[in-house]
Amino acid sequence: MSWIENRFEEGLMMTSLDWALNWARSSSVWPMTFGIACCAIEMMAVGASRFDIDRFGAGAFRATPRQSDLMIVAGTVTYKMASRLKRLYNQMPDPKYVMAMGACTIGGGPYFKHGYHVVKGVDLIVPVDIYIPGCPPRPEALLEGLMRLQDKIRHESRAIDRVAQDNQARLARV
Amino acid sequence: MADTIAPTTPSQVVAPTQGDVHTEEMLVNMGPQHPSTHGVLRVVLRTDGEMVLESVPHIGYLHRSAEKIGEHVAPYQYVPYTDRMDYLAGMNNNQAFALAVEKLTGLEVPERAKYIRVMFAELNRIASHLVAVGTYGLDMGAFTPFLYCFREREMLLDLFESACGARLTYSYITIGGVTDDLPDSFVDVCNEFLDYFEPKIDDYNNLLSYNHIFVRRTGNVGVISAEDAIRFGLTGPVLRGSGVKFDLRKAKPYENYDRFEFDVPVGEPGGQGDIPRGVVVGDCWSRYYVRVKEMEESVKIIRQCLRDLPEADPKEGICHKKSKTVKLPDDEVYLEIENPRGQLGFYIKGDGSAIPARVKARGPSFCNLCVLEFAGRNCLLADIPAIIGSMDVVMGEVDR
Amino acid sequence: MQSFEEICQVLKTEFGEAIEDTVTEGCRPYAVVSVGRWGDVAKFLRNDPRMRFDLLRCISAIDLLEDDKLACVYELGALSAISATADMSLERELAVRVITDRTDPHIASVAHLWAAADWHEREAFDMMGIVFDGHPNLERILCPEDWVGYPLRKDYKFPLEYHGIPATTEHELTSPKH
Repeated sequence: MSWIENRFEEGLMMTSLDWALNWARSSSVWPMTFGIACCAIEMMAVGASRFDIDRFGAGAFRATPRQSDLMIVAGTVTYKMASRLKRLYNQMPDPKYVMAMGACTIGGGPYFKHGYHVVKGVDLIVPVDIYIPGCPPRPEALLEGLMRLQDKIRHESRAIDRVAQDNQARLARV
Repeated sequence: MADTIAPTTPSQVVAPTQGDVHTEEMLVNMGPQHPSTHGVLRVVLRTDGEMVLESVPHIGYLHRSAEKIGEHVAPYQYVPYTDRMDYLAGMNNNQAFALAVEKLTGLEVPERAKYIRVMFAELNRIASHLVAVGTYGLDMGAFTPFLYCFREREMLLDLFESACGARLTYSYITIGGVTDDLPDSFVDVCNEFLDYFEPKIDDYNNLLSYNHIFVRRTGNVGVISAEDAIRFGLTGPVLRGSGVKFDLRKAKPYENYDRFEFDVPVGEPGGQGDIPRGVVVGDCWSRYYVRVKEMEESVKIIRQCLRDLPEADPKEGICHKKSKTVKLPDDEVYLEIENPRGQLGFYIKGDGSAIPARVKARGPSFCNLCVLEFAGRNCLLADIPAIIGSMDVVMGEVDR
Repeated sequence: MQSFEEICQVLKTEFGEAIEDTVTEGCRPYAVVSVGRWGDVAKFLRNDPRMRFDLLRCISAIDLLEDDKLACVYELGALSAISATADMSLERELAVRVITDRTDPHIASVAHLWAAADWHEREAFDMMGIVFDGHPNLERILCPEDWVGYPLRKDYKFPLEYHGIPATTEHELTSPKH
């Protein structure tokens, strides 16, 4: 979207163009192949035939962050992993989205209390758009999370790069 | 220019030259985010062109402090954590921990619960091997077997769900028995599934096992001899792929495995029977094929379980009454069972209270992975995913 | 098939005082070997034809805080002879406990005898801080290299932050329960 971003003043309305672009973007959210733990198995199940994430245009799992729009953090993030996770996030091109899948990524989950090596929530490292509770969440829950993400994308405006501004503001807070 | 760059460490060997072509060494960092490392394994490869001279695995990216948590919660509360160690074989992990605690405290398990446990352990073995087979196909560039394997796995997960309500982290097998009795129609549904599933194994074989490309990519790759396998403490299909017929279900039967008839498949040399040419004992293909064969054996065991399943004794119930209030004596126990990945051991030390003083899990993946440094030497770069995939490691268990 | 008592008898005649104790009551018997002689005992257990423990199944490091000691428990096994057709069994099993000092824990490495010991010893070093003398590459294996402390010791202080990532919530800071 870089050719159109920040070219217009903030008050300018571009509803139809926005709608078309957002429809295209929300129908092709490409996630990154990035499984960490148990939730990754459910993520694989979503990619397989019964749940078939391809129905939502999000079945093209990319092996590299540089081609992906969505990082599904599927599994416990540890301190050793934290710096790698942040680097992967930084390698993704804007606009990018993060899904925190499962209790561990939301707040440490079952490892909250005595988990000396577990990050108590992935939002301490990268900004999160969608939280999917469950340990691990059912595939239906992941699909629901994906639909909520599509809703979010549909309501964005491309006139200004809200996502990047949002992310910068949130990163500054973190 | 190239000649002026010195090797970074003195231990590095001089890069081999082919004729006049001078080649250079390069360090390639594979993982922690890599599609074929099955989780967050990181392998540092020292390569010379396409040749891998050395591969050093780095682990700990999923170290979740599970052993420390074991020192703070009662055994029945710890069962859910064992689910999350080897998350592809939750039932087997529950079983190992439950058996260890039962041995330590002397709890008796009702007869029906024993059968149910064995049955679910074997069903979970099939589910786990289905993932192993499917994702190994993915690693080798075959997408279709993955979809087929997951189709059958979903049916298995439906069975688990009908019994305990969870798809992946069951906590069904608990201290002193199982949490709930089987649902009414379970035996019929399970039999139906087995009838459906058994012929499917031939499909996998035709799709993947005997596929010429697959055999060429995995046959005679990453060969581990029987002596080396024992030296490195390998267990499970990795050990049996090397031709060592060692299975704890036969060698030291726990639960009631001594009542069932089944074979222990081992790796066999190529060219005999249905083993394709180009396969040697102890290579990636053998390890893979042992898993396929084990699924057949598991089907046999489950059929016998369903046939012999005793009725529940109303006095005993399905779980020991003291399951949640058990006190651990001042004693220690070490117990191993046969997990889909190998021998899963639990070391538990009690101190007289309800909370263990030490819980240590011997993850089979942890012990199997340490051979990667040995097997992943002087091979092609494309062999590394083949070797890692044939180990079928689950990082949750490696790092705990 | 040799029983635990027979194995211990052989060890006692061979090493005398080095076998400090044999614990037979409880669910699993174990022998206590003095830390100074463990290297020799391990070599004997591995190589002597009467012992031939070819399988190192597990090394569990334990913290004996009340005695101010650390210990390692080695689970050994001996397989019956390798044959491609017959089911192999565990002929002998033995558990050995080696107790070492808490302030300066040192145990002889057995990585040259059993290749499997390599990672187990690194894990014990990482989790309990036991130094294995003669280990080829004794580094932290699970925790990051700059991790402070040995997490599985009973008196381990949980970190409050790691590289700027907070480790505890405000609630935990006000009512610590570790």
